[in-house]
Amino acid sequence: MTSVAVRLRSIVRRQEQRYQSLWIGLILLVIVVVFAIATPSGTFLTFSNLRNVAVNASELLILAAGMTFLLIAAGIDLSVGAIVVFASVVAAKVMGTLAGSPDEVAKFIYPHLALALLIGIPAGIAVGLGWGIVNGTLAVTLKIPAFIATLGSAGVILGLAQVWTGGINVQNVPLPLQKFFGLGLLAGVVPWPVVIAAVVTGLMWVVLARTRFGMRTYAIGSNPEAARRAGIDVSRHMFLVYVLVGLLCGLVGFIDVARFNTASVAGHTQDALSAIAAVVIGGTSLFGGRGRMSGTVIGAFIPAVLQNGFVIMNVQAFWQNVAVGCVLLVAVYFDQFRRRTPVRL
Amino acid sequence: MSSSTAAMAKTAVLRVSDIRKSFGSVEALRGVDLEIRPREIHGLIGDNGAGKSTLVKIIAGAIQPDGGTIEVNGQRVSFATPRDAEEAGIETVYQDLALTPTLDVGENVFLGREVLKSGLLGRVGFLDRPSMRERAKAQLETLGVDLPSLTCEVGALSGGQRQAVAVARAAIWGRSLLLMDEPTAALGVAQTEFVLRLMQRFRDEQGLSILFITHNLPNVMRAVDRVTVLRLGQPVLTAPIGEVTEHQLIGEMTGVRSHSSSSRETP
Repeated sequence: MTSVAVRLRSIVRRQEQRYQSLWIGLILLVIVVVFAIATPSGTFLTFSNLRNVAVNASELLILAAGMTFLLIAAGIDLSVGAIVVFASVVAAKVMGTLAGSPDEVAKFIYPHLALALLIGIPAGIAVGLGWGIVNGTLAVTLKIPAFIATLGSAGVILGLAQVWTGGINVQNVPLPLQKFFGLGLLAGVVPWPVVIAAVVTGLMWVVLARTRFGMRTYAIGSNPEAARRAGIDVSRHMFLVYVLVGLLCGLVGFIDVARFNTASVAGHTQDALSAIAAVVIGGTSLFGGRGRMSGTVIGAFIPAVLQNGFVIMNVQAFWQNVAVGCVLLVAVYFDQFRRRTPVRL
Repeated sequence: MSSSTAAMAKTAVLRVSDIRKSFGSVEALRGVDLEIRPREIHGLIGDNGAGKSTLVKIIAGAIQPDGGTIEVNGQRVSFATPRDAEEAGIETVYQDLALTPTLDVGENVFLGREVLKSGLLGRVGFLDRPSMRERAKAQLETLGVDLPSLTCEVGALSGGQRQAVAVARAAIWGRSLLLMDEPTAALGVAQTEFVLRLMQRFRDEQGLSILFITHNLPNVMRAVDRVTVLRLGQPVLTAPIGEVTEHQLIGEMTGVRSHSSSSRETP
């Protein structure tokens, strides 16, 4: 009798996470269907439009994939947007400087293009990783609560980027980067930013679901003391997750420079919160121990789909913020409601 | 007869001698000697602050003593970390269980010592979950534990079942000694019974020794082979359980030994 009850309870618990992905997937589907019907002559559902949606979701998707690890491990990082800006400034400056003399670059002549890309791209990514190390040091080594540690580092990182650039976007990024990569298509079909986002997210998905690193990430978020007693180096693991998130921010910084041909110093202010919202909408618990990458992928697509649909329908795109906020609130409300109600059998 | 006893004593699973530990000005352990023999359940009792937890943490490698020696199966050892103790064959089941509620049974049993796939995938960290589940299942069956499902979250199990998972975890890895720190403190009557039976199975079928730390005297009287009483950081009594009474143990724990009671109890 009790054994049956426990069995049922455990099945229900296990299915809950799938339900969350499922019903948040249904919300996304409903949004898509509404736009498909409401937009004039079905412009929303064309291949090229959906491709645009995917490009617009690519940066958030990468950030949210990293944030999924961090939230499952019961950490948080509010500095991701700041790191993206800083990394994009570094990538843009290095590429602009190395590609040729200022005169040449101003005339769109790039005698050392290969060198500029070869150093500029890794430089941006490495700087992201470096800030990840700083966050790991603050939140893990120095044990400053992660919320405060990364709030502080966000201010420092963004501030330094603003001081360095005088608050002005960095220009002179070699044009071929945008032409062939930022706006370029793999095999003439899939945009490169989407390819990268898909590969990175897929990789993170597999690591989270199938590997020892993923399992330990869940364990640490679930009960760090138990993980410690099981012989896991919890500090090292958490440090690595912060570094991973920093690395992904560096990658996003590079993609951003490639897409817009500039390092946008004023942008990305909402990136951290958007990424957290996407992850939480996807069913990952802010308290750690639970979550799935499938949910995060859906959560990351909702804002991009809403924005795109509203633009086509000539609705102010700002409504997207309202809608995403509502979805987040509804998702978390139901999540809490389910957690608070023990399954009685 | 006496020579076989001597041989047994020589190959004690665990022997700690003159263990001392201070925290600041507080002397938690003032020279503890303790010997655990093969295939015995050894009760360790004492009032709050007697030093039980400190001693267990030292044997588990969680903290280091200020002085004294530890021998496992006749070999001098020193544990810098819990991993060192585990490598010497000592496993610990903690009072608060130290399980991860959102992981499943197999994952909990193997946490920290995960089974990886063979070949290249394993080398980059891919888990072999079916094999972890199989081995966890086999161990639970050996211990006579029936769980509803091995893929269910541990958080969905009852207290006794969770304790069984923690014991199974220790039983898979333990080769010499299992430390059980207040394993029944949070359990109901039936579940306590279950855990005590589990300990006996562990001794009889796996041939290992158990150091059972508890407050609960009736459980001590029922389940252990020998008992040691700690008071104020020192062992004040070690005896086979058949040679002491509950009353006597209470007297030793509290330090209040009235003549009338001890004379009544000495047969």
